[in-house]
Amino acid sequence: MDIRRKPVLSKWLIHLWFIVFSLFCIIPFLYVISISFSKESDIAIYGYQLIPRTITTFAYEYLLESPKALINSYLVSITVTVLGTALSLIITAKLAYVLSRKDFHGSKPMSFFVFFTLLFSGGLVPSYILIKNYMHIDDTMLSLIFPYVIMPWHVLLMKGFLSDIPLALIESAKIDGAGEWKIFYRIVLPISKPAIATLTLFIAFIYWNDWYMALLYIDNQNLVPLQFMLYRIMNNIQFLSTSLQTGNISIDLSQMPNETARMAIAILAAGPILFVFPFFQKYFVKGLTVGAVKG
Amino acid sequence: MGNMADHSVLNMENSIRINKKKNSGFWRGIIRNKGIISLAIPGLLFVIVFYYLPMFGLVLAFKDLNFTKGIWGSDWVGFTNFKFFFTSDAALQVTRNTLVLNFCFITITNIVAVTFALLLFELSRKAVKLYQTAIFFPYFLSWVTVSYVTYALLNPELGVINHLLELFGWEGISWYFESKYWPSILSLAFLWKNVGYSMLIYYTGLLAIDKTFYEAAAIDGASKWQQIRSISIPLLTPLITLIVLLQIGRIFYSDFGLFYFLPADSGALYSTTDVIDTYVFRALRVTGDTGMATAAGLYQSVVGFLLVLTVNFIVRKINKENAIF
Repeated sequence: MDIRRKPVLSKWLIHLWFIVFSLFCIIPFLYVISISFSKESDIAIYGYQLIPRTITTFAYEYLLESPKALINSYLVSITVTVLGTALSLIITAKLAYVLSRKDFHGSKPMSFFVFFTLLFSGGLVPSYILIKNYMHIDDTMLSLIFPYVIMPWHVLLMKGFLSDIPLALIESAKIDGAGEWKIFYRIVLPISKPAIATLTLFIAFIYWNDWYMALLYIDNQNLVPLQFMLYRIMNNIQFLSTSLQTGNISIDLSQMPNETARMAIAILAAGPILFVFPFFQKYFVKGLTVGAVKG
Repeated sequence: MGNMADHSVLNMENSIRINKKKNSGFWRGIIRNKGIISLAIPGLLFVIVFYYLPMFGLVLAFKDLNFTKGIWGSDWVGFTNFKFFFTSDAALQVTRNTLVLNFCFITITNIVAVTFALLLFELSRKAVKLYQTAIFFPYFLSWVTVSYVTYALLNPELGVINHLLELFGWEGISWYFESKYWPSILSLAFLWKNVGYSMLIYYTGLLAIDKTFYEAAAIDGASKWQQIRSISIPLLTPLITLIVLLQIGRIFYSDFGLFYFLPADSGALYSTTDVIDTYVFRALRVTGDTGMATAAGLYQSVVGFLLVLTVNFIVRKINKENAIF
């Protein structure tokens, strides 16, 4: 302990530096929050402000007044995230576990088989044609879920963590007569909680934040996930008014809280994951140990 | 482990062995390990279907795709698709943009992330957690959301930055029409979103270093700076190499959302923001030219692959330990 606390001044400088950089990371987003709570007319006059002149929740009320499209997108995003994360988590963990087992001779060639995909890929067009013309899962939720089920980088992260499980533990379970599946579910999963938690968050985040698969494969209005809806709004402000009109409310376009409503939707889309992620913090450092460093 | 069982299997199979000497070892291995292999099967299936099958689709680059005939039935056209792509003005532009921008991203982000990790390492765990949360936070925003953030900053009339510029008496800039600013904007955005993640990986790498090295060094009177230079950095190098190597292998690929949403797909900015991925996407979805899109994609994959091999070879020459294969 004594060794680590010699130069006090430099430590304060480091703190100061990180405080500044932390603000740099947070303030731009605070602007978005602030705009969403501002009055439209204030924005027209003063531009975007860090602290709203008049705080109002009008943009949110406005969005929630006719929430059909919004709620629908929310449901799509939630369904895809929950199903996708569960599926991806279990399949990734199992595969990573097998690759991490040093006593299994097949793990080396299998690892190469999996990680080779980090180096070479077929690219966008063949994948697109595979999903659209061969699997015929475009315009279904499967096209939003399947492409992300196995991500080699996640397998690598998980493998790194699982390599630390002592082989003796598995050997002794085997002697007690446990099969491989039982060992995985009863021993490996429970002792890998930090890694599982980290992986869950990363996978959930990928599903929640995805718009790319929707951009490629989704035409059906009822299957538009939140992020993709957000993109459309950004792309075309008119979309907001048309999608709101389908909620049977006639709107005077000039009354529409244009700028503020946009930002409000951005907040709603970013929302859930931002609330969840601080709670996972404690697992990150443990869970992210890239034990696979040495290949 | 299970030696007895192995022996009996061996004896039983000895007679059959003569005929299928080679295969039996392989299949026997599979049967003996069927429990563990069955755990891997769902994952391997997804890898095969979503990563390996598309590789076969690369033949499309040499074909004129006709959906009624299917991929295999379509006519071969040799290198025509490549010729179209490489003789277009776009080829040079998107290649240059992809390489230059990604090179900037990799160097800037890694240098900042390693520096920050080293600095964080000097602080208490509590402080680390606080800064880590703040710096990691943008990583969890989608690119669509980030594009709203940049829009809030760059909007020409209402935007924060133009307001600041006007405050200092300068003229506002029409950011979405001035291509020369975008390499810096994109680099900053990339750093903003990704530095927390990279920093954390390097920080965990530092945590993994044996504490006794530092204690021994301190007893020998090594200063903080000396400790960083002769313990932290050398021991972190394999991790840095691995990550940079993987990133260089991907240097021909781009984070699509960054290039598609932040410039708002503004044609005025293509000269500095259009990359191979956005080009391929447009060729596929807007112009519907699957042949050329696949050709550009194949070019991307092959050059990317050669890059990894090259970089790995170089690293191997310098220090065998740091290479990935």
